[in-house]
Amino acid sequence: MLASRSWLSRPLHERSTRLFLGVLLASLAVVTLLNLALPAGHTLHVSTYTVTLLGKYLCYALLAVAVDLVWGYLGILSLGHGAFFALGGYAMGMYLMRQIGDRGVYGHPVLPDFMVFLDWQSLPWYWHGFDMAWFAFLMVLLAPGLLALVFGFLAFRSRVTGVYLSIITQALTFALMLAFFRNEMGFGGNNGLTDFKELLGVDLTDDATRLGLFLATGVALALGYLLCRAIVASKLGRVCVATRDAEARTRFLGYRVERFQLFVFVVSAMLAGVAGALYVPQVGIINPGEFSPIFSIEIVLWVALGGRGTLYGAVIGALLVNYAKTVFTGVMPDAWLFALGGLFVLVTVLLPRGIAGLLAYRRPRRAAPDPSTTPREASA
Amino acid sequence: MNFLTSLADRDRVFDFLVPVDSPVDVRHGPILYLEDVTVSFDGFRAIDRLNLTIDDGELRCIIGPNGAGKTTMMDIITGKTRPDTGRVWFGSRHDLLTMNEPQIASLGIGRKFQKPTTFEALSVFENLELAMAADKRILPTLTARTSGEIRERIEEVLTTIGLVELRHRPAGILSHGQKQWLEIGMLLMQRPRLLLVDEPVAGMTEQEMERTAELLTGLAGKQSVVVVEHDMGFVRSIARTVTVLHQGSVLAEGSMNQVSMDPRVVEVYLGAEADEEVA
Ligand SMILES: Nc1ncnc2c1ncn2[C@@H]1O[C@H](COP(=O)(O)OP(=O)(O)O)[C@@H](O)[C@H]1O
Ligand SMILES: [Mg+2]
Repeated sequence: MLASRSWLSRPLHERSTRLFLGVLLASLAVVTLLNLALPAGHTLHVSTYTVTLLGKYLCYALLAVAVDLVWGYLGILSLGHGAFFALGGYAMGMYLMRQIGDRGVYGHPVLPDFMVFLDWQSLPWYWHGFDMAWFAFLMVLLAPGLLALVFGFLAFRSRVTGVYLSIITQALTFALMLAFFRNEMGFGGNNGLTDFKELLGVDLTDDATRLGLFLATGVALALGYLLCRAIVASKLGRVCVATRDAEARTRFLGYRVERFQLFVFVVSAMLAGVAGALYVPQVGIINPGEFSPIFSIEIVLWVALGGRGTLYGAVIGALLVNYAKTVFTGVMPDAWLFALGGLFVLVTVLLPRGIAGLLAYRRPRRAAPDPSTTPREASA
Repeated sequence: MNFLTSLADRDRVFDFLVPVDSPVDVRHGPILYLEDVTVSFDGFRAIDRLNLTIDDGELRCIIGPNGAGKTTMMDIITGKTRPDTGRVWFGSRHDLLTMNEPQIASLGIGRKFQKPTTFEALSVFENLELAMAADKRILPTLTARTSGEIRERIEEVLTTIGLVELRHRPAGILSHGQKQWLEIGMLLMQRPRLLLVDEPVAGMTEQEMERTAELLTGLAGKQSVVVVEHDMGFVRSIARTVTVLHQGSVLAEGSMNQVSMDPRVVEVYLGAEADEEVA
């Protein structure tokens, strides 16, 4: 037994986490190999288009993990995580806009096209700094983090939970959507931010860049998963579960429940922001549609289908549903929402614990206790 | 310069270092002291000029018919309900009316609710771990490790409450009586000075009641215990001093024999129960 187990490295000793990371990293390696090593005509060749599509799925998977952290472990059903995702995306989008420089349609040295079009003379104050990568990447974390901090502070301090919290998270993302639709806000209105050229000096249309973004997303998912696992496997994670199941009791034990809720909510929002930031350069656009209330509800459906409160279930759910969506919208685009609804009803009835529940039921809920620490039980 | 040297002075005590929960002072009297406490809900006086004194290490039973205000009294002591008037002191140092629930809990007042609420998804061991007196701020909780010392303390409490064999099972599978004991165990983890136990044996089997009686009498002395109970047989088996509560104030106080012969008590409470038993 390692003496110096820090809370962060603890999940690395868990079998399920090792399995998850092993499968994820192996998949990244296989996709990379099939993309690079095989000629374009080969049946097993993975095209750059597919690589980017997979990268997009991985962004959704990270977003789903963030939602599962608050919903599965803290019992907070956020129907507004799309807002944090979108804010991270806008922070990245603003950086990418500034990287365009004078290569826009209007060729203005500083102002993005949409500002020239609106006849603006100078950059709004909140666009300053976004030409620097470090600042923009910091904002990817800070913008969603701050919104979650203020929103969560007000909500948890007044002990708003349950359905009411879900409703106001919907209202939050809806309000932001309306705000970002407005041209005067300075975020490109309903067109959003697009026509990106470069990221960190490399051409976004390059195959190598696309593969790099896919791999970066995979690594971000691995790290985000590890962080969430470390949180839920710590004593703080057990306080979260306690809060989820009996909030008043937890408060009575001396835990400042609202602070724990706030902490985990902010971490989750930041993870969602990172997912959004990785999403934008891969899909090439960010617009207010990402704030739409429906999108936030869809995220929750992925988690529910995959299995809430397991983290890996969220990943499975996000990947499967989005793959199904791609296939389905190719065949019958209008029927997708019905299919999603039907799928959700089916899974809720047949698999109340989601797909992860299927995987978990053959194993005991909890690994056997470490015999070195509980000799009495081992001898019993 | 003077300021700097004062900063470096090792004996200097910074304001923020003075612990909020300095230990309870019982040198000059009781551990719990309620004086003239009154609470009204919409004009209805649930607690009416209540006076109550609990000594250090005492095991006290509080009885009274339904609606007498027993649970409300506990709500007041633990800071859940604010009285309209009166004084509530913990030892001679802590005015409980100036504190909120977590502060009162961290002073060493543990409460067992009427309905057992354990954390069902967590194991018996984890339930006790969460209940332990520890630094309960966010970062210390995040980085906390279950040291050998902590394990020992948990094992000790597991032995006291008789749940050693079930330590790694989720609390959700425990029987009703076992959940009550786990709750008491969770209180013990906080090394309380005062335990408030609300109707511990409601719904228990005869055997479980006996175990509970042993458990509670074993606890007295090490800490003060206040038990609110309905079941007269049970009260008889553990009580030293009994307080009878009626319509929000004390009707009688003394040994079980004394109070059960008090005609007013017989009328409002024991009589009613005798009727029930006959029926
Ligand atoms: N929050 C409250 N609002 C209104 N009435 C209450 C409240 N809490 C208790 N009461 C009333 O106060 C009285 C005492 O209740 P309680 O302390 O629960 O009695 P006991 O525990 O002795 O049965 C009851 O009549 C109850 O209806
Ligand atoms: Mg009661």
